[in-house]
Amino acid sequence: MPKCIENFETDLKLDEKVRSRLLKSLPREKLIWMLKNMYLTRYFEENAEALYTRGLVHGTMHLSIGMEASPIGSISAIEPSDYILHHHRGHGHTIAKGADLVLMTAEFLGKDAGYNRGRGGSMHIADSSTRNLGATGIVGSMFAPAVGIGLSLQMRRSKDILLCFFGDGATNEGEFHESLNMAALWKVPVVFICDNNQYGMSMAIEKVASVPCISQRAAAYNIPAVTVDGNDVLAVYNAVSRAVKKVKAGEGPQMVENLTYRWRGHSKSDRNLYRTADEITEWQRRDPILRFGRTLVEAGILTAEEIELIDRQAQEAIQKAAEAAVNMPEPSPENMEDEVYAL
Amino acid sequence: MSTKEISYLEAVREAMVEEMRRDSDVFLIGEDIGVYGGAFGVSKGMLEEFGPERVRETPISEAAIAGVSTGAAMMGMRPIMEIMFMDFITLSTSQLVNQAAKMRFMFGGKVSIPLVVRTPMGSGTGAAAQHSQCLENWFVGVPGIKVVAPATPADAKGLLLSAIRDNNPVLFLEHKLLYRVKGEVDDQAGAIPLGKAHIARPGKDLTVLTYSHMVVKTLEAARELEKEGIDIEVVDLRSLKPLDTETIIASVSKTGRVLIVHEAPVTGGFGGELAAVVGCSEAFDRLDAPMVRLAGRDVPIPYNRNLERAAVPQVEDIVKAARRLATEGR
Repeated sequence: MPKCIENFETDLKLDEKVRSRLLKSLPREKLIWMLKNMYLTRYFEENAEALYTRGLVHGTMHLSIGMEASPIGSISAIEPSDYILHHHRGHGHTIAKGADLVLMTAEFLGKDAGYNRGRGGSMHIADSSTRNLGATGIVGSMFAPAVGIGLSLQMRRSKDILLCFFGDGATNEGEFHESLNMAALWKVPVVFICDNNQYGMSMAIEKVASVPCISQRAAAYNIPAVTVDGNDVLAVYNAVSRAVKKVKAGEGPQMVENLTYRWRGHSKSDRNLYRTADEITEWQRRDPILRFGRTLVEAGILTAEEIELIDRQAQEAIQKAAEAAVNMPEPSPENMEDEVYAL
Repeated sequence: MSTKEISYLEAVREAMVEEMRRDSDVFLIGEDIGVYGGAFGVSKGMLEEFGPERVRETPISEAAIAGVSTGAAMMGMRPIMEIMFMDFITLSTSQLVNQAAKMRFMFGGKVSIPLVVRTPMGSGTGAAAQHSQCLENWFVGVPGIKVVAPATPADAKGLLLSAIRDNNPVLFLEHKLLYRVKGEVDDQAGAIPLGKAHIARPGKDLTVLTYSHMVVKTLEAARELEKEGIDIEVVDLRSLKPLDTETIIASVSKTGRVLIVHEAPVTGGFGGELAAVVGCSEAFDRLDAPMVRLAGRDVPIPYNRNLERAAVPQVEDIVKAARRLATEGR
C-alpha cells in the first residue's frame, strides 16, 4: 500500500452522502452500463487467459483483472465524442469506449479482421470509430502525444476532451515530467488518469517513487490532483466527472489517481515472486465488480437476479465473440511494405 | 517566371510561410522559434505573422516536443517541429521511432502521422562533439520515416513543401553550412517530389553519390577536376528514404566508377547502403574499379579548427579521391 494511504477502506472512502446522491441522480441505465462493462472486461480477460492456455495466442497479454473500476468508472464520466489514449493494460478502456468485441478478440488472436489487422495485438488496440486513439507499449510514452492531442482540440476550438490513462510506473519516465509541465503551461483539455495498480512489473511503487502518492507529483506542475479508491467505480466516476467538468470549463488539465491492484501477474512471464499470496487475497476481497453489485442491490436499483442476468449475458457475449473470431482468416504476409507509409 | 536569389535559410522559411498561409492545420513548434527566430534565424518574423498559437514555443523538452507533435499529427494537424541541433534529436528518438514511425502500421492503417521534423545538422562551426553530428543513418533504418537532405535553396523549398504535404513523418535535414548559401528559386516551381535524385552535374568519368552540404563541396571539387580534364557526374540524392535507386544505377552504369561522399562517420554510414545498392544491381557488372567511400572519420567531431576539418571530407579530399579513382586501372 502506498505510504500516503494508511487504511484503504477508511482513508479513500467515498462520502456516503455523495454515494447516495450519485445512486439517486445517475440514470439506472448508466449504472447498469458500468456493471456490464466491468463484467465484459473481466470475462474478456479470463477468456484471453483461456485462449492463451489453449495455445491459440501467439503473443503476450497484460491483464487488468481486479482493476476494472478504474477504466470503466473514468470512461463513464465522458461523452462518446471525447477521446481516450491508454496503455498496454488497456482492455477495459477499449471495451468501455465501445469497441466491437469480435474485432477486439480478432485482434488479440492476430486476425486480419482485427482492429489493427493483426499488426498490433493485445497491447495496441486502437479504434478510431469510438475515438479510442490507441495504446502504447513504451511505458510513459502516452503523455506527450496526449498534450499534442489536447493542443489540437484547443487549436480547433473543439469542445471535446481527452482522457490520458497511464500506470504508476510511467510517472518515473522523463516524458511524464516534460509533458505535464507543457500540459499545464498550455492549459490543454486533458484529464490524466493514473491506473495505479501499485506495481511496475515487479517493483512496488514505494520502492521506485520518491513520493508516497502519484497524485502528489501533479503539484510540481500546478495540476490539481486527487487520489481515490480505484476499486469503487462510483468514487472513480465522481472524481473523473468533477475533473472533466473543470477541464471543459477551461481550467486546464487535471489528474485523478485511481488506487487499485492487479490480481494477475504483469504478463505471461510473471511468476509472482515479488508479492505474497496473502496480499493478493486481501485485494481480491475488494473485487470492484462484486462491491458495485452489492451497492446496487442495497440501494434497491437492481435485484440479485438482475445482476446474475447481466453477469451471464456478459459471459455469453464474450463467448460468442471468441467463437466468431477464432476461425477468422490470418492476415497475408504479402505487400506488408505497402502499409507502412500513408499515400 | 519569377526567379530570385535567396538563401537556403530563406527558402526553408518561405516554404513554411506559404504552407501556413495555405493550410491552417500547419503549425511550427520548437524551442526559441518566436522572437529569437530560432537558433539560426530560420523562423524570423513568423511569430509576428502567425501568432504564438501557430508558432508554438516550448520549454527545453525535446522528447515532449516530438511526442506533442506526434499527438497533434494523429489528430490531423500538420506540425513542423524544429529540433535546434540534430544532436538533440537523440532525446526525441523514442517518440519518433517508437510512436510516429510505427503508428500507421501498428494500428492497421487507421491513422497517419503528417509530421515534419526539421533539424540543422553537421560540423564546420566549431560547436564540438554535441552540436555537430549527422545522424541520418539512424533513421533510414526505421520503417515509417522518410529522410530528406536538400543541398540547394530551390530544393530546400520544393522538398519542404512536399514534406509538409506528405502524410508521413519526414525528417528534413538542413546542414548548418548551407543556411547562408544562396541560389535561384523560382516562385512558381512548387513542390519537388520526395524520392527523386537530381544530377547536379553531368559527367562521364565517374559518379559521385552524395547529399546535403557535401554536394556543395563535391561541385567545388568538380571544378578543380575539370581543369585536369576529369569530368565527374554528381548525383545529389536529395532524399535518402525513399531512395532513387534508378538514377543511381543509371549513372553508375554510364560511368563505371563510384565515389560515395558523406559527412557522417564512415562505419555504419549511409554510404554502406549506397554501395550495397550499386553492388547488388546490374550496375555492378559495369564497375571498372572498386567503389570508394569517402566519409567522416570514426571520431566525435572535435572543437579545434584543424581537427574539425580533418574529421570530415573536405574539397581537397574529394579531389584527391576522385582523381585516383578516375585514373585507376585505365
